[in-house]
Amino acid sequence: MTIHDLAQETYGAITVNKVRSGLTILGIVIGIGSVIAMVSIGQGASATVQSSIEGLGSNLLTVVPGFLQPGRGIVSAGRGSSQTLKNEDVDALRSIPGIAHISAELQRRFQIVSPAGTNTNSTVIGVTSEYADVRNVTPESGVFITDAHVRSMGRVAVLGPTVAHDLFADQDPVGKTVRINKVNMKIIGVLKTKGSAGFFNPDDTVFVPLSTMQKILAGDDFLSTIAISVETKDAMPDVQDAATTILLQKHRVDPTSPDFSIVSQADILGTLTQVTNTFTIFLAAVASISLLVGGIGIMNMMLTTVTERTREIGLRKAIGATRRDISMQFLSEAVALTVLGGAAGVALGWLASFVVSQFAGIATSVSLFSVLLAFGVSGAIGIAFGYYPARRAAGLNPIEALRYE
Amino acid sequence: MIEVKNVTKVYEGAGGSTLALNDVSFDINDGEFVAIMGPSGSGKSTLMHILGCLDTATSGQCVLEGKDVSQLSDDALAHIRSSEIGFVFQSFNLLSRASVFRNVSLPLIYGGIAPTERDGKTKAALISAGLPEDRWYHLSNQLSGGQMQRVAIARSLVNDPALILADEPTGNLDTKTGEIVLGTFQNLNEKERRTIILITHEPYVAEHADRIIHIKDGAILEDVKNHKKRKVNHAHL
Repeated sequence: MTIHDLAQETYGAITVNKVRSGLTILGIVIGIGSVIAMVSIGQGASATVQSSIEGLGSNLLTVVPGFLQPGRGIVSAGRGSSQTLKNEDVDALRSIPGIAHISAELQRRFQIVSPAGTNTNSTVIGVTSEYADVRNVTPESGVFITDAHVRSMGRVAVLGPTVAHDLFADQDPVGKTVRINKVNMKIIGVLKTKGSAGFFNPDDTVFVPLSTMQKILAGDDFLSTIAISVETKDAMPDVQDAATTILLQKHRVDPTSPDFSIVSQADILGTLTQVTNTFTIFLAAVASISLLVGGIGIMNMMLTTVTERTREIGLRKAIGATRRDISMQFLSEAVALTVLGGAAGVALGWLASFVVSQFAGIATSVSLFSVLLAFGVSGAIGIAFGYYPARRAAGLNPIEALRYE
Repeated sequence: MIEVKNVTKVYEGAGGSTLALNDVSFDINDGEFVAIMGPSGSGKSTLMHILGCLDTATSGQCVLEGKDVSQLSDDALAHIRSSEIGFVFQSFNLLSRASVFRNVSLPLIYGGIAPTERDGKTKAALISAGLPEDRWYHLSNQLSGGQMQRVAIARSLVNDPALILADEPTGNLDTKTGEIVLGTFQNLNEKERRTIILITHEPYVAEHADRIIHIKDGAILEDVKNHKKRKVNHAHL
C-alpha cells in the first residue's frame, strides 16, 4: 500500500461523514487555538516587560543605600531613608576595571511650577552627564545636563516628556523657566519618551545638575543611587563583587550587614522573566486541558468508526490487507483529523492573539516555534489517541468481522 | 491444485469443544468448478475458511499451489489471500462509498501491485465479470444486486488468483439474477479455466458446478461428478 493509496483511503473516510469529522476536530481546534493564543499572549507580555527593563539601561548595577534583606525582593522601603552613599564613593568605584560609565544620582520629589502657573509634583533627580549614557536617555530637543552645568552648579533643568506635557502642553519648553522647590531653573532640554517600567515612570521626571540638587534643592551631600553600567554582561558579577569590597572598606561596615545594596539589572530582569514564564506555563497548562479533551473526542470517534466499519475491516483483511495495512489506515485517519484540527487551531489562535493585541494592548507574538509545536502536538495526539482504536481494528478476526451485523 | 489432507478443525468454546471438521480429505484440480454443499452447521463454512486461508486447521494439511497453508501466521495468510485467493460473499461486501473501479482494484493495492499496472488489470477483470462499462465509475451502492455481485466477482479475479471461493453468492439475489451470477462463474470456468469453489446449501445452485462435494456433520458424505450440470443460457447474460 503506497502513501498515495493511504491518503486516498483517509480522504474518503474523513469526507464520508463531514459533520461528524468536523465536530470531532472542533475539540482539537479549540485546544490548539487556545494554547497558541495563551502562549503568544504570555510571550508578548514577557517581551514587553523585557524591553522596558532593558530600556532602563543594559548591563546596569544599581547601588542604593540601606540593606535589602535577602528574599525581601527588589522593592525597598528604605531607599533614600538612610544616607550612606557619598560623592567620594563614586570616585572610589571609578577605579574598578570593566566599568563603562558611573552615574551618581540624588532623587527627591518636588513641586514644579511653570510660568503659566500650571504645576505638577514630580521626581527630580540630580545627575551628572554620565546619567545619559548609563540610563539610555536622549534629548528630544535641547541638550542634557553637561559636566559644565555640574561644575558651575547651574540652575538648569531637563524635563521628561510627561512633565513637559503636563506643564507646557504642546509648547516647546526649551528656554523657558520653571520653579522647582521655589528655585528658578532654566529648561535646557526635553527627553525622548521611554515608556513606563513597572513602578517607575522615567518620563515623569525632571533632571537637574547633581551639585545644584545637593547644594540648593535638597541641602545635603548624600546620594540616593549610584548607577554603574558595565562594559560587558560577563563582567557584571566581577564588577559587582569589586564594588561591594570597595564600599565595605570605605564605609568600614560589617560585611554581614552592609549599609548599601547592589542590585543588578539582570536580577530584576530574571525575576520578572520568571514571573512571566510561570504565567505563560500556567496559561498553556490550562489550555492543554482542552487539548486533552479534544484528543479523547478523537479516540471516541475512532472507536465508533472501527465498530461501524467492522465488516469493511473483515473484507479488507479477506482480500489481503495485513494487520499493518489496517492499523495504518485508522491511525492515519486519526492523525489526519488532528492535524486538520491543528491547522485550524493555529489559525484560530492567531486570530485570537491578534484580537487580544488590538484590544488589550499586549504586543502578542505567534512564534514559528509555537506553530510547529502545535502541529507536532496535534500529530502526536492523533497517534496517541488513534493507536488504541487502530490496534483494535487490526486485531479483528476476519471471519468474525465479516459475520458482524 | 489444492490438496486437503485429513483436515480436522475443533473449536474450543465456553461449553466445551466442538468438532466442526472431522478428517476431511479431497483434491481439487486446476480449472475445476466444484460445489461444496451441505446444510447449515455441516462444517462447510469452516471448510471455506480453511480453504480461503482465513483460518487454520487444528490438524491436517491444506496445500495450495504446493504450499502448506494450514499453520501459517496471520500476516503470511494475508499475503496468500491477496495473491492466490479471490472471495465472493453472499452480501457482496463492497465499499459503498467507493467507485466500482476502486472496489475492484482494492486487492491490487494490498497486493503491492504498482499503480501503473492497476488500471489494465482492473479493466480486464471488469470485462471478464461482464459488468457494463457505463457502470465502472458509479459508486457501488448505486448498482443493482446482480451488478454488485459481478463487481465482487471482478474484485475476486483482479489479482489472477489460483482459486475463487464463492460463499453463497446467490443467497441475497432473486432466482433470475442468481442465474446470471452463476452463469458468470460458468463462463469464467469454461473460457478462462478459472478454478472455482462454490459453497451453498441449495442443491439447485450446486448443480451448476461440474463436481459436488456433499458435506454433513463435518465429514464428506459424497464427492461426485455432476452429470446433469445446469447450463446457464449465455444469451441472457
